[in-house]
Amino acid sequence: MSSRAWFDKLTTNGMEGIDYMNFTPVILWSDALVFLLLAACLVGAWYIRQHEHLLLPWRRVAQNATAMVSLLVLALFLVVGLLDTLHYRAALPERNGGERVYSPEVLSVFDKLAGPLRTQSEKTYSAPLAVTLYAKESIGDAQGRVLRDYPRLKFGGAHLTDESQRDGDVLWRGLKGAVVGVIAAIFFVMLVGWAKRSMPTRAGSKADGGHVTCPPYTLRPMLVATLIIAALTGITFNLATAYHVLGTDKVGQDVLYLSLKSIRTGLIIGTVTTLVTLPLALLLGIAAGYLRGWVDDVIQYVYTVLSSIPSVLLIAAAVLMMQVTIETHPQWFDTSASRADLRLVFLCLILGMTSWTGLCRLLRGETLKLRELEYIQAAQAFGVSSFRILTRHIVPNVMHIILIALVMDFSALVLAEAVLSYVGVGVDPSTISFGTMINAARLEMGREPMVWWALTAAFGFMLALVLAANLFADAVRDAFDPRLNRMEANA
Amino acid sequence: MLAYLLRRIFYAVPILIGVNLLTFALFFVVNTPDDMARMQLGIKRVTPEAIGKWKQQHGYDKPLLVNGAASGTGKLTDTIFWQKSASMFVLDFGYSDDGRNISREIQTRMGPSLAIALPTFVVGLVVYVSFALLMTLFRATALDIAGVALCVLLMSVSGLFYIIGGQFVVSKLWHLVPISGYDGGLGGFKFVALPIVIGVIGSVGSSSRWYRTIFLEEIGKDYVRTARAKGLSELRVLFRHVLKNAMIPILTGVVVVIPLLFMGSLLTESFFGIPGLGSYTIDAINAQDFSVVRAMVFLGSLLYIVGLILTDISYTMVDPRVRLQ
Repeated sequence: MSSRAWFDKLTTNGMEGIDYMNFTPVILWSDALVFLLLAACLVGAWYIRQHEHLLLPWRRVAQNATAMVSLLVLALFLVVGLLDTLHYRAALPERNGGERVYSPEVLSVFDKLAGPLRTQSEKTYSAPLAVTLYAKESIGDAQGRVLRDYPRLKFGGAHLTDESQRDGDVLWRGLKGAVVGVIAAIFFVMLVGWAKRSMPTRAGSKADGGHVTCPPYTLRPMLVATLIIAALTGITFNLATAYHVLGTDKVGQDVLYLSLKSIRTGLIIGTVTTLVTLPLALLLGIAAGYLRGWVDDVIQYVYTVLSSIPSVLLIAAAVLMMQVTIETHPQWFDTSASRADLRLVFLCLILGMTSWTGLCRLLRGETLKLRELEYIQAAQAFGVSSFRILTRHIVPNVMHIILIALVMDFSALVLAEAVLSYVGVGVDPSTISFGTMINAARLEMGREPMVWWALTAAFGFMLALVLAANLFADAVRDAFDPRLNRMEANA
Repeated sequence: MLAYLLRRIFYAVPILIGVNLLTFALFFVVNTPDDMARMQLGIKRVTPEAIGKWKQQHGYDKPLLVNGAASGTGKLTDTIFWQKSASMFVLDFGYSDDGRNISREIQTRMGPSLAIALPTFVVGLVVYVSFALLMTLFRATALDIAGVALCVLLMSVSGLFYIIGGQFVVSKLWHLVPISGYDGGLGGFKFVALPIVIGVIGSVGSSSRWYRTIFLEEIGKDYVRTARAKGLSELRVLFRHVLKNAMIPILTGVVVVIPLLFMGSLLTESFFGIPGLGSYTIDAINAQDFSVVRAMVFLGSLLYIVGLILTDISYTMVDPRVRLQ
C-alpha cells in the first residue's frame, strides 16, 4: 500500500468518524442581521439591568398583565422564528472524490424539528384533520373497476384502518396532547417559581422594599395564559404527528408548516428594518436639531423629498429596480435560498429607507427643544464638546421616543409585508410568508367547494402576531411616555 | 397670504426636482437602459441589435444626463433625463412602455378612482370622529374600554382580510352586490358600495383611536373645566368646545390626503376590478412598466405637496390666530 493510498484511506475514515457533522452551517444575510440585532438586544438588556432608572419603566411594563401575556405570545413566535434562522445544508450521501457534497437546499433547525410536516405532503387540497383528499378522484379498486371517490391521504390519518375511527382518534390524541402540555406547563411554572424564591432579584430587594418585579395580580393571567397556550401547543403537537392539523394547500403542503415558516419572514421584516431606520433617523434627526443651520436645511430637504413620495410607490419603484438587478446578476447567488434571502434583506432596506423620515422628524423636533434647556446650555458654557453633549445628554433623553416608535412600527411592517407581497413588490415568491400564502390562497374562496383553511390560517397567525405586538407596544408607550403623570414619580 | 402661497409653491420646486432626480437615479443609474431592455425582451438570448432597437423605439438610446455629441442647449435637452423626467414638470408624462399616452390614461382613470376614494374619505371621517366622540363621552367606563379594545382588534387585522372577507360574505353568500366591476353614472352604485364600506371599516380602528387620543388631550384642559363650571351640558362641551379645538390636529392628518384621493387605492381597486389609477399602478408594477411607475411617483409627490399647502390654508380657516406670512 502506497503512502498516498494509505493517507486517502485515513482521511476518508476520519471523515466517516465524524459523520455526526454531516451538515455545513449556512449564515444567510438575514440570519447575520438577526444575530446582530439579538446581540444588540442582549447588550441593551444587560445595560438596562445595571441602571435602576432605566429599569423603572420596564418594571411598569412588567406590572401590566396584558403586556406580559402579549410578551409570552411574542416569545413563542420569537422561538419559532429563531429556530428557523439557524440554517444549514445537509450532506448528500454521494461523495465527489472523497469530498463531501452538500445539498443545494438550505434547511433550518426548525425544518429539521418539523421534519414530518415538511416532507409529508399530499397530492393536493385536504381539509384540516381530514383523512381523505378534498375532491373526488377516479380510483381503481381490487376488481379493476373504476370508482369516483375521495382517495385516502398518504399521511393524514394513515394509521387508521377505517375513516369512521377518525373522530375518536382525534379526540383521544387531542386530549392526550392537552394533558401532557398542561403537565409540562405546570412543571415549568413550578420550576420558575422555585428559581425565583431561592434567588431574590437584586433590583427588587434594593428598590422601595417589597416592590417585587411581578406583582401577584399579573401572575394569575400569566398562569392562565401559559396553561392555555401549553394545552393548545400540546394538542397541535400531538395531532400534527398523525394528521394535517390545518389541512394542505393546492400542491399538498401542510398549511401548519407554512404558517409557522411565515413567522420568521414577518419577524424579520418587522425587526431588521429597524437596523436601517434607527441609525439614519437618530444620526440625521439629532444632527439637524442640534447643529441647525445648513445641516438642518439639507437634512430637512432630504426627508421632505423622501416623504413626499407615496411610500407604496417608492417601495414599488425600488423593488422593481432590485428585481432587475437580481435577475441580471445570477452569478451573485450560489443557492436559490440565498437569492430569496437577499431579496428579503433588500426589502427590509427599502422599507427602512422609506420609513425613517417620520422618526427623524420627531427626533429633530425633540432635539430642538432639548438644546434650549438649561442643563445643556450649562454644559455648553462649561466647554463640553458637542459630541459629548450629544451622547451624554441628548441621546439618552430621546431614547424613549425611539423605543416607542420602533415597537409601534413593528406591527405596521408585518401588515405591510402582506400587502406588498400581494401587490407583487414584496418578498420573493419562493419565500414562505403571510403575504405569499394569502396571495396563493385568495382565489380559493371562489372555488366550489370552498377552500377556507389556508387563508384562515394565514390571517389567524398574522392576527395573533400583530395583536400581541400592538398590545405590547401600547404598554411600552404608556410606560415610557413622560407626559403621563404617575404616582411613583411623586413618591 | 398670497405672498406666502407663492413662496410655498416656490419651495415646492426643489423638492420636486429632488423627487425627479431620485426616481431618475433609481431607474437609470442602478439599472442601465440595456438592463431594462433585456428585462422587457426576456432575459434569454437577446441580441445586441434587439436591445438597440428597443432602446431606440422607447427613446432610451441617448446619454443619461449630458449629451456631449449635441451642441448648444441640446447638450442638456437631448438626454434621457430631459426627455423622460424633466418633461414631467409641465405634466407631460409621455408614453408608457406599451405605447399608450399616460396623460390621457390618467385623465380617464381619475373618475373611477374618485368615485371610490371620495365617498370613502367623507363617510370615513364622519364615522371615525363620531365613534371617537362617543368613546370620549363615555370615557373610563366599560363602554370606552370595549371601544378601545375593538379598535386595537380591528387595527390588528390585515386590510386584505376585510376585502377578501367582505367580498366573500356580501357578494358570494348574500348576493347583494357584484363581486367586482365598474360602471359610470348611477348604475355604478352597486359596484362602489362594497369597496366604500370596506374602505371605511378598514381603518376604523386606527383612526378612531387616534381621534380619541386627541379629544382626551383636549378634554383635560382648563377651558373645558370652565365650560363645565358654567353649567354647559357634556354634549355641548364636546361638540362646541372640544371638537372645535381639536380641529388643528385633525386637519393636520386629514387635509394632506385629500389631493392624494385622486391616486385611488391600490388594493381596493385591484380587488374590485375598478379601472382607476390604483389598479393602473398595480398593472404597471406587474408589467414592469417603468414610465408609468415614474409618472405615478411624480404625480403622487406633486399631490402630496399640494396637500401640505392646503393644510396650511385650512389652519387659517379653523383658527383665527394662525396667520400665513
